[in-house]
Amino acid sequence: MTTTEPRPQPTPATPARPARREDALLVLADGTIFEGEAIGAVPPNGVATGEVVFNTVMSGYQEVITDPSYAGQVIAFTYPHIGNYGATDADDESRRPFCRGIVVRDLARRPSNWRSDDDLEAFLVKHGVPGIAGVDTRRLTRHIREAGSMPCAFGTADEATLKQAAQDEPGTEGIDLVATVSTRQPYTVGHGRFSVVAYDFGIKRAILRHLEDIATVEVVPANTPAAAVLARNPDGVFLSNGPGDPAAVGYAVDTIKELVGKVPIFGICLGHQLLALALGGETYKLKFGHHGGNHPVRRVVDNAVEITSQNHNYAVAEGSLTHSEVSHVNLNDGVIEGLRHDGKRAFSVQYHPEAGPGPHDARYLFRWFEEEMAQDPAGAATKDGAH
Amino acid sequence: MPRRDDIESILVIGSGPIVIGQASEFDYSGTQACRVLKEEGYRIILVNSNPATIMTDPEFADRTYVEPLDPDIVEAIVERERPDAILPTLGGQTALNLAMALVERGVPEKFGIELIGANAEAIATAENRDKFKAAMTEIGLKVPDSGFAYTLDEAMTVGREIGFPLIIRPSYILGGQGTGIAHDEDDLRRLATTGLAASPVSEILIERSIAGWKEYELEVMRDHADNCVIVCSIENFDPMGVHTGDSITVAPAQTLSDVEYQRMRDAAFACIRRIGVDTGGSNIQFAINPDDGDMVVIEMNPRVSRSSALASKATGFPIAKIAARLAVGYTLDEITNDITGETPASFEPTIDYVVTKIPRWAFEKFPGQPAILGTRMQSVGEAMAIGRTFPESLQKGLRSLEHGRMGLNCDPAERLLDDVDDDELVRMAAVGTPDRPFQLEAALRRGISVERLYQATRVDPWFLDQILQIVEERAHLAETGYSHVSRRDWRRAKRLGFSDAQLAYLWGVTEADVREARLAAGVRTTFKTVDTCGAEFEARTPYHYSTYEDEDEVHTTDARKIMILGSGPNRIGQGIEFDYCCVHASLALRAAGFETIMVNCNPETVSTDYDTSNRLYFEPLTHEDVLNVIEAEQPDGVIVALGGQTPLKLAGQIPHSLVLGTSPESIDLAEDRERWNALCARLEIPQPAGGTATNFEQAKEIVDRIGYPALVRPSYVLGGRAMEIVYDEDGLRRAMAELAGFGSLGKEGGLSAERPVLVDRFLEDAIEVDVDALRDATGEVVIGAVMEHVEEAGVHSGDSACVIPPPTLPHSVIEVIEDYTRAIAAALDVRGLINVQYAVKSGQVFVIEANPRASRTVPFVAKATGVPLAKIASRIMTGSTIAELREEGLVHPPTSGGHVSVKEAVLPFNRFPDVDTVLGPEMRSTGEVMGIDLTFGLAFAKSQMAAGNTLPEEGAVFLSLADRDKPAGLDAARRFVEHGFSIVATSGTAAYLEEHGVPVARVVAKVGEAQDVPDAVRLISNGEVQLVVNTPRGRGPRADGAYIRTAANVHKVPCLTTAAAARAAASGMADWAKHPLQVRSLQEFHADDQLQLPL
Ligand SMILES: Nc1ncnc2c1ncn2[C@@H]1O[C@H](COP(=O)(O)OP(=O)(O)O)[C@@H](O)[C@H]1O
Ligand SMILES: Nc1ncnc2c1ncn2[C@@H]1O[C@H](COP(=O)(O)OP(=O)(O)O)[C@@H](O)[C@H]1O
Ligand SMILES: [Mg+2]
Ligand SMILES: [Mg+2]
Repeated sequence: MTTTEPRPQPTPATPARPARREDALLVLADGTIFEGEAIGAVPPNGVATGEVVFNTVMSGYQEVITDPSYAGQVIAFTYPHIGNYGATDADDESRRPFCRGIVVRDLARRPSNWRSDDDLEAFLVKHGVPGIAGVDTRRLTRHIREAGSMPCAFGTADEATLKQAAQDEPGTEGIDLVATVSTRQPYTVGHGRFSVVAYDFGIKRAILRHLEDIATVEVVPANTPAAAVLARNPDGVFLSNGPGDPAAVGYAVDTIKELVGKVPIFGICLGHQLLALALGGETYKLKFGHHGGNHPVRRVVDNAVEITSQNHNYAVAEGSLTHSEVSHVNLNDGVIEGLRHDGKRAFSVQYHPEAGPGPHDARYLFRWFEEEMAQDPAGAATKDGAH
Repeated sequence: MPRRDDIESILVIGSGPIVIGQASEFDYSGTQACRVLKEEGYRIILVNSNPATIMTDPEFADRTYVEPLDPDIVEAIVERERPDAILPTLGGQTALNLAMALVERGVPEKFGIELIGANAEAIATAENRDKFKAAMTEIGLKVPDSGFAYTLDEAMTVGREIGFPLIIRPSYILGGQGTGIAHDEDDLRRLATTGLAASPVSEILIERSIAGWKEYELEVMRDHADNCVIVCSIENFDPMGVHTGDSITVAPAQTLSDVEYQRMRDAAFACIRRIGVDTGGSNIQFAINPDDGDMVVIEMNPRVSRSSALASKATGFPIAKIAARLAVGYTLDEITNDITGETPASFEPTIDYVVTKIPRWAFEKFPGQPAILGTRMQSVGEAMAIGRTFPESLQKGLRSLEHGRMGLNCDPAERLLDDVDDDELVRMAAVGTPDRPFQLEAALRRGISVERLYQATRVDPWFLDQILQIVEERAHLAETGYSHVSRRDWRRAKRLGFSDAQLAYLWGVTEADVREARLAAGVRTTFKTVDTCGAEFEARTPYHYSTYEDEDEVHTTDARKIMILGSGPNRIGQGIEFDYCCVHASLALRAAGFETIMVNCNPETVSTDYDTSNRLYFEPLTHEDVLNVIEAEQPDGVIVALGGQTPLKLAGQIPHSLVLGTSPESIDLAEDRERWNALCARLEIPQPAGGTATNFEQAKEIVDRIGYPALVRPSYVLGGRAMEIVYDEDGLRRAMAELAGFGSLGKEGGLSAERPVLVDRFLEDAIEVDVDALRDATGEVVIGAVMEHVEEAGVHSGDSACVIPPPTLPHSVIEVIEDYTRAIAAALDVRGLINVQYAVKSGQVFVIEANPRASRTVPFVAKATGVPLAKIASRIMTGSTIAELREEGLVHPPTSGGHVSVKEAVLPFNRFPDVDTVLGPEMRSTGEVMGIDLTFGLAFAKSQMAAGNTLPEEGAVFLSLADRDKPAGLDAARRFVEHGFSIVATSGTAAYLEEHGVPVARVVAKVGEAQDVPDAVRLISNGEVQLVVNTPRGRGPRADGAYIRTAANVHKVPCLTTAAAARAAASGMADWAKHPLQVRSLQEFHADDQLQLPL
């Protein structure tokens, strides 16, 4: 192409880009470094840390960020544009975000959606969530895929500081993160025909919204003893999702052992892992977990395929379950996605039938729970005999 | 449940010629379907009238019928082949309609055939707007209120009930005339009146207008076990009111919260289940009110569509391939996702990049048609671009269009908008047109607010803010200046999609400077992979796009690698034929042990199917982008001669040593008029007198020498772009001025110092001839075919029918033509294909032009003769000799099955009802069909049928001829009468015919004249004429005949605009009457050279 004479520049009515964001780095425990710019809240001394995991949803970032199961973790979104439709209280999955930060390729500065009442950056700042943008998140994802999810540090601090911080970051293994997210006081929601006690290991609001329709739900702290629950004589007990390593919440496993068989039980995600442990199974940590909204799951009873929302780093070990059967299987990698113990009227799934975010294909599981409770004569007796 | 064993043979229906709204995407889906169904071991019978498709290559089916897509024909094929099933969901609207026609005739019952994919009931419910709306309401989904009206009063009542604003959509109309949006009663009265008049059944659909709402599409798949998945969500940049096919569209949806997206997903599943599409893909369109999220369903297409092709390319999920497997019994979880090779197809792709599709229009070829976008699709092609962000993919997409733009402005053409004032600019942007994105950028650059633009255009603020980021970066780069940009600035700029050419323009330096400085700053292209899963799993399929990130995922191999440059977006003059050639090269070279690397940006095509080549780069075909791929792949050679003008233009800009086949020097020798003339003189091959000019004065000098009529056109363009026949000085002045205008804007075909204008003597009443030939390094030449055109020279070769073998050319002339072709090929030292065009005037042969590259007719020749020219060419270009290839069996003599093949052009006039249908030197056809049979007449009749102008078997023929056409017309008229047609003619023509003894049943008045005798237009509208022959008389755009031709167009009466075509039609109708209908497959025609089929 031949030289063109310089273009006379119209005096930029639009000011040259507002002061650029500060440069920042993301450093993984293994020393891998990513360039970016600081977004969101400013972390103390310009250093934020956590266990970095990636999530592949293309919409639903606010639900993900406010999902207590991400406590202790830094969420890297594989979809490049995050924040496009802003933020709204209606999409919060809990009272506040518990994640340690987010990593994105591009943070939208001008959201557009009728539901939005804030932009995502303001939301992050309000809730003290730091982040880093401009990162080659695809390279990060491929790295985690190969090396596994690992501790990281990011921020505006210098490289050495961040490297050190990443190495000092304990990650999630063996740590009881549930205690940090579970409610301190019991509280009651809903008005359904049954009475359900829901263990809050980090429960999502989307789950409560579903339970509310079928039961009066008393949400209790994770460390509530079994006796206290049985004393309430509920139609069913629900075991919620939650963060981290199931092996680190042994007390919950013991409680559940006391509950199985005595009352119908439904568990989701961490609740599923805890139920499995209580039934004598074992759990293990996946290389980089399942975090996304597109995982195909086969429902064993009729081989139907469900597209599911998932968020877990640990899973129930194949063949570790003796008395209960596998009810759902992940079609991508064969991971156990659900189990049921007919004798003891307990069942659970590893993924998120309540969606929020994600597909609605598995909502029927709440009906299963309802039916399970309906079949319960004891439960029925305690009620005014309405059914 | 695995594969069905209760069916053995399947009839696949193709989509016929490329037309607006139905393009190469159906060759892509059809080819995929045939491939997998054959793999599955079924016997495939294929019918498609389009010879330029890959799917009609004999190896893709057991029986390939290149026959008209007409119920009679297809029934004949069914009778002959007795398939167990018909698959109608992969051939677009054409295949669906045809299937429904067969159902109405009871063909499936009669022969015990099952419709697979979608059943008749489902198709009917989805296709009928009334039934569809009822069905949606039934399952609780909203649709825009609407009602039908047959009179003005009804219209007013219905309108009042629904409430304004309203959109009026006349039923069964062409080109959307009478369509419009009414804001008050007066609008409604006006539109209803025109609408009712426009509709042949005087029926209009009055619908609540939701223009300005956000428009979305979901691509859904369902298997017979009722598993459903969404493959892709698409958001339109242009809001409701602009047809999705004419909108810039973006995948995935950008501004939907998950709550809204999941609601839409649930609705899509409910819809596909209610409509009852048992297996396969469907496209469902939604609109959302940006103010309150209210959602309505617009329509559903119960088949693979243009959007599903886009979705497949955008996600890597091969919808058509999987739809075909589902149709024969598999469930989604039984099919593996061949990109990961491990995970099943029963999942929903997630992507980590942004895809932008931008349509390409051809308004410049249809004067009289305003370049305004509406609810009817008008684009002829599209480009797709992949970037990590929307700004990057938008700018890549805009430069992929090859409209001489280097991105979103920041190039010479942006000056077009400089003297438009702000208010006017906003007003312009408020109307959907091809220029809207550029107007938006310019407006934002002037500081006009996102809010104001949103209010005016309803383009979502998120998109506008993304454009604003491009604007701000530009301002920053301009301030910083070429010599001070930091690595970070470079990286930001490239990540926002700026091309080096744009930056060169911005800073007033050369593109080479920019590239050098950028690389020095360490900012180089990285290639990422399209993998359906956002990198969650390892990808097997090397399908790449460029961006500016840390990590480059491409690891090239040290095999012998050949890079093939594709032909970019479909446009008039350069379409599927060239993609066909590129695909053939890839197949042939892979078979010969090379690795092939495809570079293209057209999402509709087979060439951009990730398993056509060893590696696919979805990239704009520009100097910069192509160089980047060359650097990444280090190919042994690059093929530029098969993708039409697009790659040819790049030949000079890539390392010479890499260009395979005919050298860039020779290419230039053929294009550079001065040198070309010298060459012809040296070879003593006569040319029409002429010369080249860079201004009016020079042009005039030439014409003074050669005389009028003269032909004026730019060099280095395809399809007779901007070509004009001028009859006097005014015409010449006008033509030159226009081209000069283009030049200053750097537009395609623009006149400039290095792109002079060609001025030639126009040869009247000459027979045009096309030749495709091959030549190898040893100098051996193989003549692919000599094609005689039906229409005389002056009608663009791309718009005229042509015939193999030549029906009228004497042997001596054919020999001269073959000798000239050999001589030219030798003189240009051609390695591969060459196309030469001749005009034969009273026995003397003139050469019009030679193109040392693949031509539009290559696929047609291959189908007619069985000789795979493009495959052979690609082998020659990579060093094989014709002798060697003859050994291999690739080169063999053309089949002489005793058949005649006719290629007919298909023109888009039904979309542009106000445009004169007369054919000229500027090509306007979008596609082609082929008729094969045992006589010229039969083959021609079939070609007309396939092109949608079925010749009548009885009735009245209307003739209105220019004086110079009268002798030829007389001959045709005689034959019409012989076959029992009555003749209707305008006074002058009538007099001439009667004085030569042809009885004229009826004389009609000139349009508008005498009220007592009905004029031609009225006869045509009343259906009293079955065939119109009207050759242009006056030269004015609205000369008398124009009205007649337009009437014929609107009322679907076949209309011939040349006497030559009339003669051909006459012999066609004669043979048609004599012989019973016969259908034969290509395999039969190609089978045995000596097979002489019984008449
Ligand atoms: N009620 C309406 N108000 C405004 N625009 C509409 C309405 N219905 C359709 N459109 C526009 O017209 C285009 C074509 O309509 P559609 O029903 O999809 O017909 P087609 O079969 O040609 O795709 C749509 O893409 C949309 O932009
Ligand atoms: N000197 C001429 N006399 C008559 N017709 C001509 C002449 N030159 C070109 N044409 C007509 O114009 C058409 C386009 O010209 P051509 O040189 O083939 O341009 P393109 O490169 O677009 O094919 C030809 O197909 C032919 O019908
Ligand atoms: Mg549509
Ligand atoms: Mg030509």
